Amino acid sequence: MKTSTMNAAPVVNKVYRKRLLQHRVGIALSVAAMSLGLAVLLWILATLVINGVQALTPSLFTATTPAPGSEGGGLMNAIVGSLMMVGLSTLVSTPIGILAGIYLAEYGEENKLAQVTRFVTDIMLSAPSIVIGLFVYTIYVANVNHFSGYAGSLALSLIAVPVVVRTTDNMLRLVPNSLLEAAFALGAPRWKVAMMVRLRAVKAGVVTGVLLAVARVSGETAPLLFTALNNQFFSADMNKPMANLPYVIYQFAMSPYDNWRELAWGGALLVTFSVLALNIISRTLFNQKIPN
Amino acid sequence: MSAELSTVPATAPQAASTVSHAAMLSVMRRQRLQDFVFHKVTMLFALSVLFVLIGIIISLVIGAVPALKEFGPGFITRVEWDPINDQYGALIAIVGTLSTAGIALLIAFPVSFGIALFLTEICPAWLRRPLGTAVELLAGVPSIIYGMWGLFVFAPLFADHVQPFLKSTIGLLPIIGELFRGPTMGIGILTAGLILAVMIIPFISSVMRDVFEIVPAVLKESAYGLGCTRWEVVRKIVLPYTKTGVVGGVMLGLGRALGETMAVTFVIGNANKLSASLFAPGNSIASTLANEFAEAASPLHVSSLYSLALILFVITFIVLSAAKLMLAGMSRKEGVK
Repeated sequence: MKTSTMNAAPVVNKVYRKRLLQHRVGIALSVAAMSLGLAVLLWILATLVINGVQALTPSLFTATTPAPGSEGGGLMNAIVGSLMMVGLSTLVSTPIGILAGIYLAEYGEENKLAQVTRFVTDIMLSAPSIVIGLFVYTIYVANVNHFSGYAGSLALSLIAVPVVVRTTDNMLRLVPNSLLEAAFALGAPRWKVAMMVRLRAVKAGVVTGVLLAVARVSGETAPLLFTALNNQFFSADMNKPMANLPYVIYQFAMSPYDNWRELAWGGALLVTFSVLALNIISRTLFNQKIPN
Repeated sequence: MSAELSTVPATAPQAASTVSHAAMLSVMRRQRLQDFVFHKVTMLFALSVLFVLIGIIISLVIGAVPALKEFGPGFITRVEWDPINDQYGALIAIVGTLSTAGIALLIAFPVSFGIALFLTEICPAWLRRPLGTAVELLAGVPSIIYGMWGLFVFAPLFADHVQPFLKSTIGLLPIIGELFRGPTMGIGILTAGLILAVMIIPFISSVMRDVFEIVPAVLKESAYGLGCTRWEVVRKIVLPYTKTGVVGGVMLGLGRALGETMAVTFVIGNANKLSASLFAPGNSIASTLANEFAEAASPLHVSSLYSLALILFVITFIVLSAAKLMLAGMSRKEGVK
């Protein structure tokens, strides 16, 4: 560990000194990079807390978004809208994602089509989310001629599905073969082994995937720009344009009104901390259940 | 039925066992049917991902056709982007996208390497998890938050302290100095690149960490045994061994940076002009889409935006495919460990 202890026997060697120096500079830079990463994270979180904390009043959750120029106001309609859209997209994407993940894990080794699908899923995982929004606009919004909460949920689902597929697939492939073989030896058909043995063994991991997907879509703004748009008033009708936190944050942050900006910071604080909490919960959940 | 019954082994002549055998066969048949349905149903869901991808490509191509017909392949190299006169070209947005992503990679690569090195080789074991999670949380922060932080916190500081410094040092150099001149407003291509760098660091460093961990311990131990310093082990053993994986991780980060929308929209300045200086505001493909699509009135404008989206999608698709292929090569290596 301590290279310097070797100095006990004084090495007067140019090459060795140079190597030692290189080593120390390299290690120091690595520590600096790590600190930089942590510092930026803390800086962002601190910014959010400092700017957002005064907006965290009860009216943030009870009042709707204010009209231009009016005082006060809250984010109630945006919070409800976001919860509804994220909720619906989770309901849609979870079964699709899990079943698709099962297919990839079960038949992925023997089947070209499954391998192509796995590859495409990986790409969709990082595909530009604004293009997904544009796609939903083209196939749905442009056809029904109005923005809606359903369109927003659809766009979010398209982003969530690859996340669930990928984690489910990865988790299922961790299940030891002996467990599956034991089930097969008892005469269980493949679907029973897949659903009741394999999937059950990695339940926690699959839940992790779903939580990560929820975290991912909760903060997405770009796909909602052309789908859910925004609604200044409270509306629980998903067939109408729907207020949502990310869009309201975007609109209010860029606005000239002080109370709007304050609300934007409050919303930003809310979104970020819920997303980070989901991230942390999903990690601890998985690590408890499957010691790796 | 009888054909299947004829397969009953001769060692089971009694009627009772024939009956139970027939029951077993029917169970087997039922299970086979269930398995068949299970296979097809899960396949359908898996294929839905594929269909979405194909759907995206088709819808973008259809949307892009009018603009591509009007401007031809020269659309990509046309500088003009003028909604008032209905003249469109993609060059400004493409240059903005590539330059911000390029800056992001230039900064994110060494930092991610440092972080991965720290987490795999230097960090005490008990700190590894919390620190690793902290870095990954950077990836969890929503893009719009990066945008707000970039615009309201980072950009003013950058304009007041860093940009004047860059201007008075590198800005004075002959050729490269061109990039660091002009008014110091805080927002612009360089700022967007820096914010993107922060956003892709967690992706690149997490891939690097994963591939660093698959280096066989024997290899590293033999290097240490020869008297290598830790830096030399990483630089001359770990890095060459994981070269493809590292490049794959970098490509993955690049793919992310290219398509990033909200953060860039906040800080890039949204100006449709080409400028030699990195301080100048510009536009990326994603930010152009975010700003103009909802308000685009003329069909040609809409179609030009579709063309931009198509270009963006094709570029990210290629970059991400390359990343995946490289990382797949890496995991094969893990297999022979």
